[in-house]
Amino acid sequence: MSDYNFAYLDEQTKRMIRRAILKGLAVPGYQVPFASREMPMPYGWGTGGVQVSAATLTPEDTFKVIDQGADDTTNAVSIRKFFERTAGVATTEETEKASVIQTRHRIPEAELTEDQILVYQVPIPEPLRFLEPRETETRKMHALQEYGLMHVKLYEDISQHGAIATSYAYPVKVSDRYVMDPSPIPKFDNPKMEMAAIQLFGAGREQRIYAVPPYTKVVSLDFEDYPFEASKADHPCDLCAAEDSYLDEVILDDAGNRMFVCSDTDYCRSRREAGHVGRLGEEAAA
Amino acid sequence: MTPLLQVKDVAKMYGARIGCTDVSFDLYPGEVMGIVGESGSGKSTLLNCLAGHLAPDRGEVVFDTRADGPVDTVTMSEPARRMLGRTDWAFVHQHARDGLRMSVSAGGNIGERLMAVGDRHYGDIRARAADWLGRVEISDARIDDRPSAFSGGMQQRLQIARNLVTGPRLVFMDEPTGGLDVSVQARLLDLLRGLVREMGLSAIIVTHDLAVVRLLADRLMVMKDGHVVETGLTDQVLDDPQHGYTQLLVSSVLQV
Repeated sequence: MSDYNFAYLDEQTKRMIRRAILKGLAVPGYQVPFASREMPMPYGWGTGGVQVSAATLTPEDTFKVIDQGADDTTNAVSIRKFFERTAGVATTEETEKASVIQTRHRIPEAELTEDQILVYQVPIPEPLRFLEPRETETRKMHALQEYGLMHVKLYEDISQHGAIATSYAYPVKVSDRYVMDPSPIPKFDNPKMEMAAIQLFGAGREQRIYAVPPYTKVVSLDFEDYPFEASKADHPCDLCAAEDSYLDEVILDDAGNRMFVCSDTDYCRSRREAGHVGRLGEEAAA
Repeated sequence: MTPLLQVKDVAKMYGARIGCTDVSFDLYPGEVMGIVGESGSGKSTLLNCLAGHLAPDRGEVVFDTRADGPVDTVTMSEPARRMLGRTDWAFVHQHARDGLRMSVSAGGNIGERLMAVGDRHYGDIRARAADWLGRVEISDARIDDRPSAFSGGMQQRLQIARNLVTGPRLVFMDEPTGGLDVSVQARLLDLLRGLVREMGLSAIIVTHDLAVVRLLADRLMVMKDGHVVETGLTDQVLDDPQHGYTQLLVSSVLQV
């Protein structure tokens, strides 16, 4: 342990954040304002998620951080180290062993359980922001459930691209009431949001916390004649041959060679350990 | 016959200054009412009070709703009033930019009100948007263009299409021809007159252009310093003005 208060934030601040989280859970999808603190990292690096994690963690927790599904990218490593140092909690890269998972832009492939909490980092919590710049107006629209504008965005997508081209941060309606930005997760992950784990969303710069309680109805918005589709690259993973996971495209050289790999590194690793080998799996192991 | 809109003693103050005061009138279905007056005479304030954009300090604005009959829109709940604003009412702004979403295509602009009242079928929405573009004489090849690529007159016609797509019964217009050149004005007026007759719309038109009311309005209300100084049939008021200010107004129009 160090000279930091447990998980960096002082107890009063954590208490304030917990109140916001509880309110968020009580009103699923509603953006609760909170007094976001200055964190020792820049805005856009997950200050909201870090504050929610800090208020959620207990000394007995096991913590996991992923960034675009990966445990070993800069953002994930720095936040994991931050809590190792300031909270002294155990950390893991295995989804099943973690009790609190902070994520940037992905939901893990492994199904989460009732014992787990998933904390999202959110850049822009307001789904209507790019359509209606006035905060007073968007709040009123949420209050009165005036969500026609959200469909204008989807209409524009279809008229320009022939299909709903929004592929991430795809708007959802939570519990038949609030339209919510699920943070920039790929729309492939949207159907997973009806899960057993608690989902908490923290936006540090925008000072908003919102939440989806376990087993809450989450519906992706769409048109009757253009239904929602959870799309992914049409390939198996080149390392572990998984057909059902969300893939990253990696360019290998300037001759047009590329590979598709699971964006969830823990999922890919556990599959390879179980003996699954993809197209380029042999070379990578060698 | 029940009046579509009954305005009773509406007043709006800006501090000690009068916005408009003692305004009462009835508007019947299919009737077009013109409100004329100089700048600062309170005609826009009055229009905004009637359309629910401003809260009047006094008075009632009773609208004959489809479901519940006559209801005072000043005291009705905000969701209900905003719902009226999207369905039975339409508001045409002087500047098309105030009434359009400039970053959304023409089709999206027209479709917005449909989607706001729960339409969720892309094909239907698009077909109705194309139909309305045709009705306001915009080629449906331009359905995916943004309004910023349109001329001023086209923007104004698009704004009208966007407002009328849900089949409103009452249209508020704030200087709909302001800022357009005369030939475009003439076409717009022609179009408006056709739509008003064809759809049986009631309308309240605020303008300082007497030619506009002469063409469109059945009845006329002349305002000065927040007060109504003269009302009557349009031709009657314009051909035989009684109040001194109306006489001045009528004689100020240049004869070409």
